[in-house]
Amino acid sequence: MFPVTGTTALLLAIVFGFAFGWLLHRGRVTNYDVIINQFRLRDFTVLKVMLTAIIVGGLGVMALVDLGAATYHVRDANMLAVVLGATIFGIGMVLYGYCPGTAIAAVATGNVHALVGACGMVFGAILYAFSFDWLLAAILPVWGLGKVTLTTLTGIPALLIFGGLIAGAILLFWSVERRAVAPQ
Amino acid sequence: MTVDINHGKNLKAVAHRVDWSPYLAGAGIGVLSWVVFAVVANPIGVTTAFSQLAAGAAVPIFGGEFVAQNTYWQRHPLRLDYGTLFLLGIFLGALASAVVSRTWRVEHVPSVWLERFGPSISKRYAAAFLGGVLAMYGARLAGGCTSGNGISQGLQLAVVGWTFLVVMFSSGLATAWLLFRTSAR
Repeated sequence: MFPVTGTTALLLAIVFGFAFGWLLHRGRVTNYDVIINQFRLRDFTVLKVMLTAIIVGGLGVMALVDLGAATYHVRDANMLAVVLGATIFGIGMVLYGYCPGTAIAAVATGNVHALVGACGMVFGAILYAFSFDWLLAAILPVWGLGKVTLTTLTGIPALLIFGGLIAGAILLFWSVERRAVAPQ
Repeated sequence: MTVDINHGKNLKAVAHRVDWSPYLAGAGIGVLSWVVFAVVANPIGVTTAFSQLAAGAAVPIFGGEFVAQNTYWQRHPLRLDYGTLFLLGIFLGALASAVVSRTWRVEHVPSVWLERFGPSISKRYAAAFLGGVLAMYGARLAGGCTSGNGISQGLQLAVVGWTFLVVMFSSGLATAWLLFRTSAR
């Protein structure tokens, strides 16, 4: 029965995308000020949303995989490409004020500057396609680790890593919530 | 670090919307990840599909033949598939949420930008466009964006996802410091 394919999957794509867009808007990460103030360390909404999603999602997916109800979809760690790409991405995200997913959601909520940036994203995607042959030869193969996870790389069990993540997240959230209440 | 009281009040005014706790929204995205992993075996992601759509924009400019011969677009051709329809869903979901909560509004220059760089619309548009170019190029090079790499790979504890998260956040912090630091005003 699962995974669902064909026309049903295409209909579900709209349903799941709808849920994601709804959650991004309700979580306020379609708001330029919220995203920028995360990078200025004045508003921790983005980290709260992301870390909660990673922890809740990660534990559930791990359980589903253990039960045989899902499989992992780990991508190749092409380390030079991911380090270069993430550096460029960080600069772009702060200039733009959105990441690609929140950008689409922000356009839908009436942000015209997000639409202008989305045209920039189209241009960026075209540039990428143009440079792909060169990247494929010169950048993507450098320092390739394959489909590794933190567990396969370090030998630390996944549950222990999630335990550390939860402890770190609680400590971070507790300290920023306390700081947010104190000056009022 | 000094506390800018006026700024805090502005933020509070902005926050008077039909908002969910960020923890609730995050948990919702986590649960959505369970569903997509189990039901469609297709983790949440944005930029692969976005690049497919960009092929559609490239056709009228560079010609269909040129686009058809591009190695990248041969691997990820323009078509209505799960990924591209997921993007349509994101648009519709955010639109519905904004309309239902009566927070849909036209925004040209957001308030944090305005405080720092003034009311010029063209200045904001230029930064947004350049930022969009860099964000998409960087995401494709890294193998995914905040959603596909950060959340979907991160939750699988993939090395690619956590490297992306750490490097992206460091780069963003440095950029924000250069752009918005108080001594630069």
